[in-house]
Amino acid sequence: MSIRLHNIAKHFGGTRALEPIDLDIHEGELVGLLGPSGSGKTTLLRIIAGLETADRTPTPGKILFGDRDVSHIHVRDRRIGFVFQNYALFRHMSVYDNVAFGLTVMPRGQRPSRQDIRAKVYRLLEMVKLEAFANRYPAQLSGGQQQRVSLARALAVEPDVLLLDEPFGALDAKVRQDLRRWLRHLHDELNFTSVFVTHDQEEALELSDRVVVMSNGRIEQIDTPETLYRAPQNRFVFEFLGDVNHLEGKVQNGTLTCGDAHVAVDLPDGDEELLLRPHEIRLAEQPSADSHLPVTITAISPVGAEVRVELEADWLARPWLATVRHADFNRLALKRGQRLYAHPRHWHRFKEDVAVPDTSPVGVT
Amino acid sequence: MQRIGDAPLVRRLLIATAVGLSGLFLLLPLVAIFAQAFSQGVGVFWTNVSDVYTLHAIGLTLVIALLTIPVCLVFGVALAWLVTRFSFPGRRLLQTLIDIPFAVSPVVAGLVYLLLYGRNGWIGGWLDSYDIQLMFAWPGILMVTIFVTCPFVARELIPLMQAQGSREEEAAVVLGASGWTTFRRVTLPNIRWALLYGIILTNARAVGEFGAVSVVSGAIRGQTNTLPLHLEQLYQDYNAVGAFACAALLAFIALLTLAAKAGLEWRAARREAFS
Amino acid sequence: MSHFALRHSGSARVLPGFGLSMGISVLFISLVLLLPITGLFGQLAGLSLAEYWAIITEGRVVASYMVTIGAAAVAALVNAVFGLLLAWVLVRYDFPGKRLLDALMDLPFALPTAVAGITLATLYSGSGWMGGWLEAIGFNVAYTWVGIALAMAFTSIPFVVRTVQPVLEDMPAEVDEAAMTLGATDGVGFRRVIMPHLWPALVTGTGLAFVRSLGEFGAIIFIAGNMPYETEITALMIFVKLQEYDYAGASAIASVVLFVSLALLLAINIWQGRFVRRLHGGNA
Repeated sequence: MSIRLHNIAKHFGGTRALEPIDLDIHEGELVGLLGPSGSGKTTLLRIIAGLETADRTPTPGKILFGDRDVSHIHVRDRRIGFVFQNYALFRHMSVYDNVAFGLTVMPRGQRPSRQDIRAKVYRLLEMVKLEAFANRYPAQLSGGQQQRVSLARALAVEPDVLLLDEPFGALDAKVRQDLRRWLRHLHDELNFTSVFVTHDQEEALELSDRVVVMSNGRIEQIDTPETLYRAPQNRFVFEFLGDVNHLEGKVQNGTLTCGDAHVAVDLPDGDEELLLRPHEIRLAEQPSADSHLPVTITAISPVGAEVRVELEADWLARPWLATVRHADFNRLALKRGQRLYAHPRHWHRFKEDVAVPDTSPVGVT
Repeated sequence: MQRIGDAPLVRRLLIATAVGLSGLFLLLPLVAIFAQAFSQGVGVFWTNVSDVYTLHAIGLTLVIALLTIPVCLVFGVALAWLVTRFSFPGRRLLQTLIDIPFAVSPVVAGLVYLLLYGRNGWIGGWLDSYDIQLMFAWPGILMVTIFVTCPFVARELIPLMQAQGSREEEAAVVLGASGWTTFRRVTLPNIRWALLYGIILTNARAVGEFGAVSVVSGAIRGQTNTLPLHLEQLYQDYNAVGAFACAALLAFIALLTLAAKAGLEWRAARREAFS
Repeated sequence: MSHFALRHSGSARVLPGFGLSMGISVLFISLVLLLPITGLFGQLAGLSLAEYWAIITEGRVVASYMVTIGAAAVAALVNAVFGLLLAWVLVRYDFPGKRLLDALMDLPFALPTAVAGITLATLYSGSGWMGGWLEAIGFNVAYTWVGIALAMAFTSIPFVVRTVQPVLEDMPAEVDEAAMTLGATDGVGFRRVIMPHLWPALVTGTGLAFVRSLGEFGAIIFIAGNMPYETEITALMIFVKLQEYDYAGASAIASVVLFVSLALLLAINIWQGRFVRRLHGGNA
């Protein structure tokens, strides 16, 4: 079922939580709402669910599930599944009773028979691999298990859309990774429309078909993870999606100068700030004709697929972070305190109030 | 945000019922006390309050409260320190034992003291041979008052000190502070408001205790009559206005207690909001 | 107990004052709480079992049990409903005067029982503000067991409100929301999701209110009328025996009251402990 929001805004007292927002989510999509805390992503999710009501504006906002206008429909009648940040399992009910709850509270006419409920609950528990835990109480389960119960409980009522609020936020890294993959599978298998909220860019990029990046109650960009990462529409999106190095200086005659460092750029004269991802910095023992950026290694972290190297220099206000392949790391025999030259492979620049990004390769290889 | 029971009709109905019933059963009696006390004017109220026996009852009541508070304070702090800062076998038992005064009928409390310290009791008989009489005298009143009020300070402190944990005191000890310094400089500032509230509750109960005191006091006018006992005698003598004059004094203390509690809670909420 | 304290102080304990606080606490509890109760048993030792039985099962005494327990049960049940309503309104809604209402809840604890007693007696007597019109519609409160139950309810209402209130406050909004997203109506949600959380506190509070009512004296005697066999409570029975210098009789009846109160207190503690354990884990 598709979700369409039109002109949805929200104030809490005098503070604005959401600017008027339009958003289309297609049937069967898995969409991530990504943003820092206070960006309005959870508010948006709760408005879709019906747990919050949008502002009453002169041109009233609308929420459509498929062709059904649910703007004025109470949360209990919206046919949504909601997975809460801290699971919100009913502590006094067993796992079985938690999952069965939504079925047992249906009006008498629609309520499945006792046997049907039982069969359905066990089918769901099997799906979340918890059939052996049916008689346990939530307090006896791990965080990951509770999260799966919470998901099974939401799915039991066969919702039109599934909404998840920071579904993996409270779990440790390993469990989070597993559950993420598992949710993706589940989504592909059952093909419901899902929206989830996260502040973790890695999670949003890995899990979503499309990501909605939000800040300050505004939608900054809606795109697939690839497009979002490769072509961020503004500085906020670029900075939020990964580590960023800054290079500030003055451009004159095609050269950006900053203290004793300089690099050739194809830009008009004036003050500039260039942004570089850690993998867009190459380290070498010599400067080149196009770039002269002397740096000193202050820290090395060889953990993971790449080596992370922290760089400092007089001309840098904040240290840079560069990632180096293990092979290059060994070849260059990097050590702390070593003096090297940085060479930008790519850089990005965002002019204030200019929506179109300007991303250029530097003529260095 | 929407929660269960937030539908406007349900909400209004429940608030109206709660406020209505509370007004009828809690507020109306309070109003009635003062209405009765002043029913024949301020002059009569004043005459009743400044009656020599009333003044004596007020004095005795205040003395008993003043003597009770330090005893309960020392016990309450010691017990709270013991059960929240150490673990030892019997800790839970101690915590259950201090609830005894809450569960025991005040009349029974008075009775057990009378049996032990009265002239026919084990200890009372022995003391009597030295011409010391505790029962039907002010020491007896003090003893039963301590019995009924002793849980209040401890009950206020224990949950708070439990929640705060002993990290700060441990830090102080590690930094070389002595036991007394640790308590005075680290513990006391953290618990002072709970301590104050415990004292206020102790005072309210000490001033108002009736059942236990009426068993051991003998209620001799001008000698062993506390304010609640004096009030009873006036009421039985069909001097309702006099009785309610005393009641108004006691109700005033109760109102101060409620105001103090509200003030302390407001303060705590404000501090929480700031941190 | 003192050698126990010595053995442990100064060994592995980081914080000071174990011996001192243990000493004060044990001494105080022994002298103030436990020793006097031995006086009761000393008095009872002078009675034969048959004499004891005769005293505690005498007609007038048994009638007083009935009056006390009956009125206390009614008061506790009324308070369970009224207290739950008050706690709910105080936690869930905002309205003008809420803080005043909240403060008012502690009035019965702060107000001396004798003051409550003469006030209720005056209000509900035939010439009182309440009693006047109640009598006009044929309903007598003062000097009947209804008056006793009323006085008991007045003095013990804070027990229910103040035990339920914090539990209700601690209930996260998500519990309500989870029930609503799953399609529960207000009624169903309250019955199946909220009430199960409140039960332990509600039963504990009601139990404490009941225990308190069983022992209440000052608030009741003025409104009760104190007619033997009809409106005489057990606490008053003890008092009457004392006035007659019948210490043995008073002790026997007091021992029954004491035993019942302590047994109930213990039962409440155990029951509450079990419930709390179930909700907060205890990993199997």
